[in-house]
Amino acid sequence: MFVIKLVEVSYGYGGTQLLSGVSLELSPGSFHFLIGPSGSGKTSFLKLCYLDLTATSGQVELFEQNASAMTRDDIARVRRRIGVVHQDCRFLDHLPVAENVALPLTTANRGSETENLEELLTWVGLTDRSAAYPQELSGGEKQRAALARAVIMSPEVVIADEPTGNVDWDMSLRLLSLLVELNKMGKTILVATHDMNLIRAAKAQVQARVLRISNGQLHLAGADL
Amino acid sequence: MNAFEKASALLIGNSQADRVVPPSGHTARLTLFTSAAMAFLTVFALALSLATGRLADRWSSELARTATVRISAPAGQLATQTAAALEVLSTTPGVTGARALGKDEERALLEPWFGPDLPLDALPIPQLIEVTEAESGLDLDGLRLRLQAEAPGAVLDDHTRWRRPLIKAADRLRLFGLIAVALIAAATAAMITLAATSALAANGQVIRVLRLVGARDAYIARAFVRRFTLRTLAGAATGTVFGAIAVALLPSASAEGGFLTGLGFQGGHWLWLLLIPVFAAIVAFSATRFVAFRTLRELT
Repeated sequence: MFVIKLVEVSYGYGGTQLLSGVSLELSPGSFHFLIGPSGSGKTSFLKLCYLDLTATSGQVELFEQNASAMTRDDIARVRRRIGVVHQDCRFLDHLPVAENVALPLTTANRGSETENLEELLTWVGLTDRSAAYPQELSGGEKQRAALARAVIMSPEVVIADEPTGNVDWDMSLRLLSLLVELNKMGKTILVATHDMNLIRAAKAQVQARVLRISNGQLHLAGADL
Repeated sequence: MNAFEKASALLIGNSQADRVVPPSGHTARLTLFTSAAMAFLTVFALALSLATGRLADRWSSELARTATVRISAPAGQLATQTAAALEVLSTTPGVTGARALGKDEERALLEPWFGPDLPLDALPIPQLIEVTEAESGLDLDGLRLRLQAEAPGAVLDDHTRWRRPLIKAADRLRLFGLIAVALIAAATAAMITLAATSALAANGQVIRVLRLVGARDAYIARAFVRRFTLRTLAGAATGTVFGAIAVALLPSASAEGGFLTGLGFQGGHWLWLLLIPVFAAIVAFSATRFVAFRTLRELT
């Protein structure tokens, strides 16, 4: 069984082919890093995995459902099973942190199920910042809030796009420990990063595999790290 | 969930869900003001339509069962021909009453045009006989022939040539009133469509975030639909109240009054006003829902 499966997937835009015939199978509970030079297509690859982009060819399957056969409501339902930490965090600026973190529950009409919200904010160390607005948060606080939002629905998969891109090393380790903790709870983790030190730190804690994107191809790169 | 439950859910709402779309002061004020103005105008269009309807009914019923015999004869023969005409009318089937108007009544009829000091005796004014018909009606052609024989100066006027254009005019006015209501509803729908389109476009980033966290299109659309529906309901209710006050303050109908002083609502017609905010809300709901789903389909 695979939570995410890509078969010969290609994607490009504006005449540029970013990904060519990429295949991947992520099994439940796995931990993968995605590396590659800037502009190699890491973010596009992740977006294909949570259906924010549509492949120009090939097949994407999520939770054993073919993405091309999904309705818009199906896509919404699948996204509730995938928590995403976006590179730019993507908050609603008019809502305080607590409401942004609870947004997936609110939109799923489960707004009353916020008993875990306080615990989650404590877990990411944002209890005292719950009433602050996104624009009042530091880069690290935003990343932690984004991670909290990504996991509040207890998703089966967590996808993070450069979650440590704007934070110092201590904060990177803190975010990594949160991801490792989630993986130990059985969540499938896929993290795009440039930070090799982060990958080495992760490998010391969990069995993580590394995927590399270069020239539109996806390779397993764990051995050369 | 049936339609009533859906409407209740829309009105009661969900305070958390309401907050996912940021407040927008500009479109809120625009929607409130326009719906209030449209409701105010609707009150007057409705008042016009109902008043002209009443007028048409009144003219129709008052003129339909009456006729007038006008006798123009030399002064020496006027009384004789009047008596002959009354005799003919009294023996005509379908006539329930015939009465020669007195000088005072004729003066009252002419007073609006010639003033109160009209010397009726010095003028060759024809004698008028008011004829009241039975519900079954009467043979007008036969009566004309008999009058021609017995009172040659008598002319029967059954009011048809007056009644038809008056009723037609009143019916047209009623129709124009209803068309005005329809146009106001269409203009309201157009305005709300524009405001909703603007709000959806301005919140493109919010919509994108909502989708990424798993919001269904129906959820996103509902947030906008509820906001515009409630704003329109509030604006239309305010406009209706002010319109009703304005109509209530119009001069009341009186014997001297004509068409304009009869403009307003009577009795149960006031209840029609309760439907204006509800109808406006239905228009807003439909327009916003249509625009929201269309826009969400177009957004990739």
